[in-house]
Amino acid sequence: MTPVLDIRGLSKGFTMHHLGQGFAAFSDISFAVNAGEFVLLKGANGAGKSTLLRTLYRSYLPQAGQVLFQSAHGPIDLARAADIDITYLRQTEIGFVTQFLVARPRVSAEALVAEPLRLAGMAEPEALDTARHWLQTFGVKDTLWPAYPTTFSGGEQQKVNLARALIRPHKLLLLDEPTASLDANARAALVRRLADLKAQGTAMIGVFHHPGDVEHLIDRVIDLTPNAPLQEERQDVAV
Amino acid sequence: MTLTLDAPRIVKTAPLVQIRGVNKSYGSVVALRDVAATVYPGEVLGIVGESGSGKSTLLRMMNLEETPDAGSYTLDLPDLDGNLFDLDRFARRMLCATRIGIVYQNPHLGLLMRHSSSGNVAERLLVAGERRFAVLREKAREALAASEFPLERLDAPPIELSGGMQQRVQLAKAIALEPALLLLDEPTTGLDVSVQALVLDTLKRLQRDRHITMVIVSHDLGVIRTLADRVMVMRRGEVVEVGLADQIFQDPQHPYTQQLVHAKL
Amino acid sequence: MTLASLTKPWAPMSYGFLDASAKRELRRKMIKAVCVPGCQMPYASREVPMARGWGTGGLQVSLTLIHPQMRVKVIDQGADDSVNAASIRRFLARVSGAPATLDTLEADLIQSRHRIPEEILREDQVLVLQVPNPEPLRSVQPNMSIARQMHGDADYGRMWLQLYEQIVRSGRVMQGASYPSMVNGRHVMTPSPIPRWDVPKLHMAQHLTILSAGREKRIFAVPPYTRVEPLVFDDVPYRVEEHGGLTCYRSGAKGFFMNEIPQGDGSSAYEVSDSEYGVKAIRTRDGEAIETGETWYKNGEMPQ
Repeated sequence: MTPVLDIRGLSKGFTMHHLGQGFAAFSDISFAVNAGEFVLLKGANGAGKSTLLRTLYRSYLPQAGQVLFQSAHGPIDLARAADIDITYLRQTEIGFVTQFLVARPRVSAEALVAEPLRLAGMAEPEALDTARHWLQTFGVKDTLWPAYPTTFSGGEQQKVNLARALIRPHKLLLLDEPTASLDANARAALVRRLADLKAQGTAMIGVFHHPGDVEHLIDRVIDLTPNAPLQEERQDVAV
Repeated sequence: MTLTLDAPRIVKTAPLVQIRGVNKSYGSVVALRDVAATVYPGEVLGIVGESGSGKSTLLRMMNLEETPDAGSYTLDLPDLDGNLFDLDRFARRMLCATRIGIVYQNPHLGLLMRHSSSGNVAERLLVAGERRFAVLREKAREALAASEFPLERLDAPPIELSGGMQQRVQLAKAIALEPALLLLDEPTTGLDVSVQALVLDTLKRLQRDRHITMVIVSHDLGVIRTLADRVMVMRRGEVVEVGLADQIFQDPQHPYTQQLVHAKL
Repeated sequence: MTLASLTKPWAPMSYGFLDASAKRELRRKMIKAVCVPGCQMPYASREVPMARGWGTGGLQVSLTLIHPQMRVKVIDQGADDSVNAASIRRFLARVSGAPATLDTLEADLIQSRHRIPEEILREDQVLVLQVPNPEPLRSVQPNMSIARQMHGDADYGRMWLQLYEQIVRSGRVMQGASYPSMVNGRHVMTPSPIPRWDVPKLHMAQHLTILSAGREKRIFAVPPYTRVEPLVFDDVPYRVEEHGGLTCYRSGAKGFFMNEIPQGDGSSAYEVSDSEYGVKAIRTRDGEAIETGETWYKNGEMPQ
């Protein structure tokens, strides 16, 4: 089976021009992720876990290597894909769940959650219905649905964020500590949703502060700590 | 040290806007040097840079208000071939009136301040040949509603309106004919922060509901971050960096972009 | 051969007051104006013994066209007997020897300020209208250079916008005289300050109309059988002044453009604005055998 994502020799560093210096975040990383597989990234702070996720999502520009992604339109190297292709893949096949909601003034929670569906061409009433379903699933009170998330607490914002990020299935899902600041119910709902998506064949790469939350989903652990053996078997998850 | 990006492979649609090799000097002052830009249908391109970077000049060229010393500009639209800079005055005017909308920072540039707001919108339709009063009125009302203008003030002249409302009238005028390209020149600069947010939200809504291709020029990075899919950074008439909006803000490559992003955030 | 046989005897002025080169320029500009109906042609407006703004444009055209056999009629706001009309008529006759007339049917050349006679003009007649402001775009574009470009591009959106604004603000088109009109489907002209009542008379008219602005130095023309269409929205019909039902208190003529004469008790009386038409109506009523021509308006309505 061709992996959904095949990372070969990926390197990323940053050049700080005003300091006149650069530093490497990670270098020469290679691993592959299959459909329906859940890969946990681990490593000390600063090992480059989040950086790797962002590089895969192309928020960061990689410096070397290849990221072969099996898109519905055939294989494409995300490290070199044109910006417009990346935009298209983000709208259709690659999702990214962060810790923070990018709320916009005067946009209601339900509209914000429905937006990915609207962009994909779904009619407004249907998109809003789906949005409300997921807001409910993640435990956002229905009185808040038409309210503006800019005023919500961190926890509520994060629920809105999850509903938005997970409202439509993706081929590849990148998770950057999505459980941070979530209450137990929401965390359970998230894990259920992730399990569903995984069963549907979504490949996932995640960074979790408390991997225990998603323990039973994890297929593989990759340690980004320099000089650590790159791959560990699932049984050795350091919880 | 970064990788060179490939040409688009998945997205097969041709770019709506293609600008190549644009140069412009005013006397000894170089306003634009070998500028190229590409915008795909439905995309929002943000152009950032300090005053005098040439970003507004480039936008005015896209609205065919200025001609470069050299360079080409094409719009991928039916019945429209060749370099738009070569069009005669008449063809330019018709193209701008029917296919390109623009919102200026200064509403005085885009509006007749003492005419009615609905009349300002109706003018576009009149230029395009609409001669039915009832239709003019209805379409002006629709466009103003779409830009979230309070309809009870339909016939108030812009001079009596607040800055935010004036920008909505400009926007309504710009979108009245469903343009292929919407140009925004610092559309929220000079507005109160709360009003700014409302205008941005309106733009975002239009982008979502109508998939209008937009080019937005601003020195306000917050505005660009909210609206743009891709960002082009300009300095002293040159394009120093182009990339996905989040990449430009999170991983700027060029020293100038780094300085800009770090200074503003 | 003597010098006297080769030259004309000395005269205090040229025939028809204007010198030959001035007339030649005017003739050329008139031909141009006829060739491009409604388009304003610039000309070097000469000095005539009359103040600018009192019909010097019309006068120069009349002086150029005039010859000793041409019967001249001059009217001012419809009246032959106003001071301005009378003095222009006398001046024209004096410098050309042309006979003057008050009868529209008899006249070969009619110079007019602000009116078109009620009797239909024929192919062999020329109407000269005095124009104060020839530029219909002036109210929407103060920069005349840009206005000329707008004419060149047929960019009349702003004219339409002006009508839109009037309807929005007042519920109807407020433009009274000088109603902007599209000539031959191409150029918008201001038909001098003739009332709305008179504009339809220009449409597909048999006669030639030459409009001349002396102060602004512009000539334009409506050749015979040329479309003259007032700018109107498809769903807001063009309306002339509501004079169709009024009766002249002196002549009894009904259904023509009227002058309103306020009365001491606050009411109004009306007299027909075309004074010679009123005279004809009175004389016909008194039993004289007077020939009255066909009128454009019949029973107060302009036939389509």
